[in-house]
Amino acid sequence: MKEFDIRKDGHEEIMVTDCLGERYIGCGMKDGVMHIKGTPGNALASYLDGGTVYVDGNAQDAAADTMNAGLLAIKGSAGDALAYGMRGGRVYVLGDAGYRAGVHMKAYEDKKSILVIGGRAGSFLGEYLAGGIIIVLGLGCEGKSITGYFCGNGMYAGTIYLRTDKVPLNLSDKLIRRNVSDEEKDRILRPIIADYASVFSISAEDCLKGSFIAIEADRSKSYSQLYAAV
Amino acid sequence: MRRYRIRKDESCVSCLRCVSECSFGAIEKGKDRTLVFHHDKCTDCQRCVSFCPTGAIYITEDENRFRQNSVFREDDIREILLQAETGGVLLSSMGASGKSVPIYFDKLLLNASQVTNPSIDPLREPMETAVFLGQRPEEVQRDQSGRIVDNLPPHLELRTPIMFSAMSYGAISLNVHKALAAAAEKLGTYWNTGEGGLHESLYPYKENTIVQVASGRFGVHGTYLNTAAAIEIKIGQGAKPGIGGHLTGKKIIGDVSKTRMVPEGLDAISPAPHHDIYSIEDLAQLVMSIKEATHYTKPVIVKAAAVHNIAPIASGIARSGADIISIDGYRGGTGAAPKRIRDNVGIPIELAIAAVDQRLREERIRDRVSIIASGGIRNSSDAVKAIALGADAVSIGTAALCALGCHICASCHTGRCAWGLATQDPKLTERLDPEKGAERLVNLVNAWTREIKEIMGGMGINSIEALRGNRMALRGVDLNAKELEVLGIGYAGE
Repeated sequence: MKEFDIRKDGHEEIMVTDCLGERYIGCGMKDGVMHIKGTPGNALASYLDGGTVYVDGNAQDAAADTMNAGLLAIKGSAGDALAYGMRGGRVYVLGDAGYRAGVHMKAYEDKKSILVIGGRAGSFLGEYLAGGIIIVLGLGCEGKSITGYFCGNGMYAGTIYLRTDKVPLNLSDKLIRRNVSDEEKDRILRPIIADYASVFSISAEDCLKGSFIAIEADRSKSYSQLYAAV
Repeated sequence: MRRYRIRKDESCVSCLRCVSECSFGAIEKGKDRTLVFHHDKCTDCQRCVSFCPTGAIYITEDENRFRQNSVFREDDIREILLQAETGGVLLSSMGASGKSVPIYFDKLLLNASQVTNPSIDPLREPMETAVFLGQRPEEVQRDQSGRIVDNLPPHLELRTPIMFSAMSYGAISLNVHKALAAAAEKLGTYWNTGEGGLHESLYPYKENTIVQVASGRFGVHGTYLNTAAAIEIKIGQGAKPGIGGHLTGKKIIGDVSKTRMVPEGLDAISPAPHHDIYSIEDLAQLVMSIKEATHYTKPVIVKAAAVHNIAPIASGIARSGADIISIDGYRGGTGAAPKRIRDNVGIPIELAIAAVDQRLREERIRDRVSIIASGGIRNSSDAVKAIALGADAVSIGTAALCALGCHICASCHTGRCAWGLATQDPKLTERLDPEKGAERLVNLVNAWTREIKEIMGGMGINSIEALRGNRMALRGVDLNAKELEVLGIGYAGE
């Protein structure tokens, strides 16, 4: 079998099989496509910088950490601290996400972070959100809460969309919750969901069925008002 | 609230230079080229005094004092009044002003050679001030033919044990960054971007740049990580341990916005913890993922504030795979921090360095990491003492700003710095010529380096390596037994 260094020798498409907890896979990957079968370890696709990583299984903690561009698609569920500090690209999870998903995601000019979670998300979803879009679909969880506690706490930009009509548990009074209009659904959610559905070969219409609520920061309650300069 | 009083004497020629220099609106032009003083706006930054062509201006503490009380001092009353009026958390800048916390550097005395061993004259004999920061291999490896295998992990090479501390673009101006970068290059040392990203125009200084990854992850991307000699994970800083950062949207304009990759006018918030680091194991993971992303070519620094348990924390950091630990003490500066935190949290750098060095030696892992000390290093003898207590190198922030004009008025958080340093106002930032600034920084560090050589020579030591952790070179005065024990030094005369 020929051995080669994927960092130095370059690659277009890589298949990793029997993956069992190996960490830092796809870290900083700039281009090409990687397919992973099994369960990759922590820090999968951290600093991902344009490459595409498909996981046919679950991911562990800190996947897509500080990701910059590209696509991470996880066919199973993701662990804690998914997409922390992500600044661009797409993270798609078909199953659930653990605690602290999408904390401090950002957007800047053409870089917009997009995180879509097919199932439910744990507590602290989108805390400190500074930009970008988080969508939680709660597929197969109809009637249940699809987020945990402290959803969006401390967020100051960006939007969290939830496919539910239930208000998240203990939602902060510094956040605004509103119902998403059909127009907004078509304009913002439909293109993202269409892409998401095509990646996992599922029906986009099923993902868009029902009502969505949006959570955003209340700009009139900014941090600056907390201080008095000595 | 009035704190200072502005006066002028008869030598004033009404040139109005002071009016154009004052960025706080404390001196205004009145009718017929007279001056109107708004004493309450004065910060005692000394800009007008420095630029008055006839030396006509005087800034003094206001003689009108609150009634003296030995419990409720003037600042206490002033702050209560301010908070009663605004309901705000007190915001301050620069380093701690806790007056009753000792500056241990001032209580340490250095040794010198007399009779029993010769001192060295640095003008005649070679004196090594170069320092290498990074992990040292635990054993010498040889190949089959007996040749030594180069198993040295990536290092930073400093020609002098003095670096520039992390100060972010946003907190300080681009011109200050330019001056620091150019000076670091000339001096063969390093400057640190802080967490506000690295402006593209500074990419050429890559070999002398340390980039920071803080909890906000602003401007952190592949190019950023790879446009540096080393990467620093910022856990905390001495001025505000345990507290995140908040750069107000007002300062996020133009290139600051572009460099941080934060939209204009939007606040930039750094959460208090990194939410992907809740343990030493998580830290190890971030260290290793950064090494992965930079192909194991650069050392990783972990910067933490000196807090009560800094010794075991440093032990954890040393075991996390980090190459260098940067410890920032109680007196470390900041562009903005809640005053109560700045003045009451953390421990002095002298005690922290001694405790960490001792602990890592006891655990036999001192060579796994290098230590950078910062937080109130004011001169070359502070640097020598910090190294003798166990640091490999020191870094200076406030002292570097002073070299560029700062008079420590501690108004950085207002964004109106009259010296053009801690501001983004283009009219103010142009007050610093980055080339001249770089020259002044080079002068400062060269002067300190010469003094360090002289001090070492007097002790009969000819390399920083031999000074590091050499506590025999130190004695204390005015210290109690516990302080001497923590510092690991004897009393003067012992």
